[in-house]
Amino acid sequence: MFETLVLMLDATMRVSTPLILAALAGLYSERAGIVDIGLEGKILGSAFAAAAAAAVFGSAWIGLVFGILASVSLAMIHGFACITHRGDHIVSGVAINTIVAGLTVTLSMHWFGMGGQTPALSGDARFLEITFPFADALRDVPVLGLIYSDLLSGHNILVYLAFLMVPVTYWVIYKTRFGLRLRAVGENPHAVDTAGISVAFIRYRALIVCGILCGLAGAYLSTAHNAGFLKDMSAGKGYMALAALIFGKWRPVPVLFACLLFGFLDAVAIRMQGVVIPGIGEVPVQAIEVLPYVLTVLLLAGFIGKAVGPKAIGRPYVKERA
Amino acid sequence: MTNKTMPYAIELRDISKRFGAVQANKDICLQVAAGTIHGIIGENGAGKSTLMSIIYGFYEADSGHIEVDGQRVQIRSSEDAIQAGIGMVHQHFMLVETFTVLENVMLGAEGGALLKQGIDAARIELQRLAEEYSLDIDVDAIVEELPVGLQQRVEILKALYRGARILILDEPTGVLTPQEADHLFRILKALKEQGVTVLLITHKLREIMASTDNVSVMRQGEMVAHRETAHTSKEELAELMVGKKVRLTVNKDEAKPSQVLLSAKHVSQFDSQGVKRLKDVSLELRAGEILGIAGVSGNGQSELLNVLSGITTMDEGEIEFAGETISAKTPKNAAQMRDLKMAHVPEDRHKMGLVTGFEAYEAAVLGYHNSAAYNGKILMNRQAMLDECKTRMAAWDVRPPNPHLKTANFSGGNQQKIVIAREVEQNPDVLLIGQPTRGVDIGAIENIHEQIVKLRDSGKAILLVSVELDEIMALSDRILVMFDGAVVGQLDAKDADERTLGLMMANAFTDPDSEQSNEKGAAV
Repeated sequence: MFETLVLMLDATMRVSTPLILAALAGLYSERAGIVDIGLEGKILGSAFAAAAAAAVFGSAWIGLVFGILASVSLAMIHGFACITHRGDHIVSGVAINTIVAGLTVTLSMHWFGMGGQTPALSGDARFLEITFPFADALRDVPVLGLIYSDLLSGHNILVYLAFLMVPVTYWVIYKTRFGLRLRAVGENPHAVDTAGISVAFIRYRALIVCGILCGLAGAYLSTAHNAGFLKDMSAGKGYMALAALIFGKWRPVPVLFACLLFGFLDAVAIRMQGVVIPGIGEVPVQAIEVLPYVLTVLLLAGFIGKAVGPKAIGRPYVKERA
Repeated sequence: MTNKTMPYAIELRDISKRFGAVQANKDICLQVAAGTIHGIIGENGAGKSTLMSIIYGFYEADSGHIEVDGQRVQIRSSEDAIQAGIGMVHQHFMLVETFTVLENVMLGAEGGALLKQGIDAARIELQRLAEEYSLDIDVDAIVEELPVGLQQRVEILKALYRGARILILDEPTGVLTPQEADHLFRILKALKEQGVTVLLITHKLREIMASTDNVSVMRQGEMVAHRETAHTSKEELAELMVGKKVRLTVNKDEAKPSQVLLSAKHVSQFDSQGVKRLKDVSLELRAGEILGIAGVSGNGQSELLNVLSGITTMDEGEIEFAGETISAKTPKNAAQMRDLKMAHVPEDRHKMGLVTGFEAYEAAVLGYHNSAAYNGKILMNRQAMLDECKTRMAAWDVRPPNPHLKTANFSGGNQQKIVIAREVEQNPDVLLIGQPTRGVDIGAIENIHEQIVKLRDSGKAILLVSVELDEIMALSDRILVMFDGAVVGQLDAKDADERTLGLMMANAFTDPDSEQSNEKGAAV
């Protein structure tokens, strides 16, 4: 029983990683007042770029760089539309998602001719699992051994990085000048402007951070969690991250727990595949897969109180006409 | 005019600014001596705010230049203005409401990439400023939980923290109680004694006369006069502002109130969070009288208007109107109230009075759009709407008289005329009118006041809600004062003076004769 739980938590960590990275990406963007429904597209774009570059150059790290570049470029397009030209954030985000969904498959067919996939990656072209020292030797220690060897050890570097990003984000948002300005710009950009700070510059920088984190999430999907790019492999993770962001009320630590909860439900769903529960029968996988969404709706509908987002979110900044 | 021996704290030379077809500022020259309080007065739309926005780097002037302490400066952004020692307290506060006072003050002047060292330095500096200028404040309070008077203090501290030697205040008393306003002027005097130069933008003559050393008058984008405050008068300034003689009081005869048209009994209302916003309000409104509701904004006046007009439903109590009893169990919506001949000019014309994207003739029928006069068999009768709009525009002197202009493009006063004309021309029995002259220039105020009195004299009942004490005192026949959702005082207009009303508005009035105010005072 305990072993099963550890294995499920282990799976939770793997499944949660892209959610955490994407949700934190969204946190930077939305705290700065830019609605980012384009997380999905950025993850997908990065997943494709990372897998393609890793396949060509044979290095997961080069893949990661290309993944981040792709994702940051998409974030900058979003910024150009929403910040410079004061466009509608949702429209721009949806446009990015749509374009990326088509473009990745088209480019992939053109370059690799494998029906929209990239070549399978192996060896250095993937991020491999890191085994902690003495992990094998300590496995037999009761309880703690299992936690150390199976739960904590044996993930790839991006998983650890994702978890590390939570305290880092907390520190950046609440303890640095950049964080103060970022929060201010999402609440009242006029206050920031009159304090002599450029609203656009802060927002662009927030979107660059957002792009980098989405880049990590995408690269994780195609070069760590899987061994190559598949059509639509982001599979709604960007939207789920957005739900986790709202669920966690735009705060780093609650967002982490929201992601872990969603990840856990996902792990349960995989585990429950084909399992027959006495008296009920086989639970359809879809019934469990839908849980994160149902949960978000239910909890937001009243159980966790009002989720109050940044006040100026989604509103283009226009200097007031006197 | 120019004095080369001593540099001015700030000097503007031939500043011009144009927005499309509108010449907002034209060849503005202004000299402000260091360590003085200089008033700039003018009607809404005279170009005061544009001029200040140019000084603070929000806009760049098309031509002309600015000198600070005799040095020519280029102000392209707020950052440049701050560098030049200019600070600004905006009419709508530029504060991050979810931040603490400290965070707000630090924003933009954090003193390093990490907040920690800056926070300690800011605490010490704020302590010093608080002592020097008597600007006490809890630096760890969340701004949105502070009363407006203190929020304004945060704005002043923000400017001083950045080392401002020239402080611009744009319509600073619009949201304050008379007591808070007095306190503000004491702070400004203290600032002046410390050598800070203060530029006070306002359209209230009383404030100019009471607190400034010099005053400049703007009209239609031009600077029309400079005066020493000691050598001018309210009347002269008012005349300069509007360019014609105006009277500051409303000419009206004694009211002849007759039968009760509307009576509210023990009306209470809760908001969505369960907070009681209206507490046991009872009032009677008689034909032929103007009942003024005074109070600092946010003390239940808006809720009262909403309940009376049918926009929201009361939770307790009842209203008798036009032979109907309206209560929580038998509510009437706003359209039904309109059918009973109740008209409503909402407090916020942009949010509730108009659809700013509509053309004037469309906005002029809102709420009455189902009326037979505007409708054909299937489609609306556009020609009828246009014709009526044109007639009204002529009658109410709406400028420009173009029914096709978007309502957003009219000035505040003309927008308000469109709204008031729409409601009054339906010949209602009861008119609820909220902030009839907010953001309206003096010429239009006069016109609007006259119309309200005319309506009263024709035997209608008027309930006037206004945060402007002058307006309440000039128009009302009877005055109720609201505080924290309850009526805390009632007096006859002829017994009312600013001090009494101000104390009542702050619920600090203790009169042995008035049990009501004592009772409420004890309960709060």
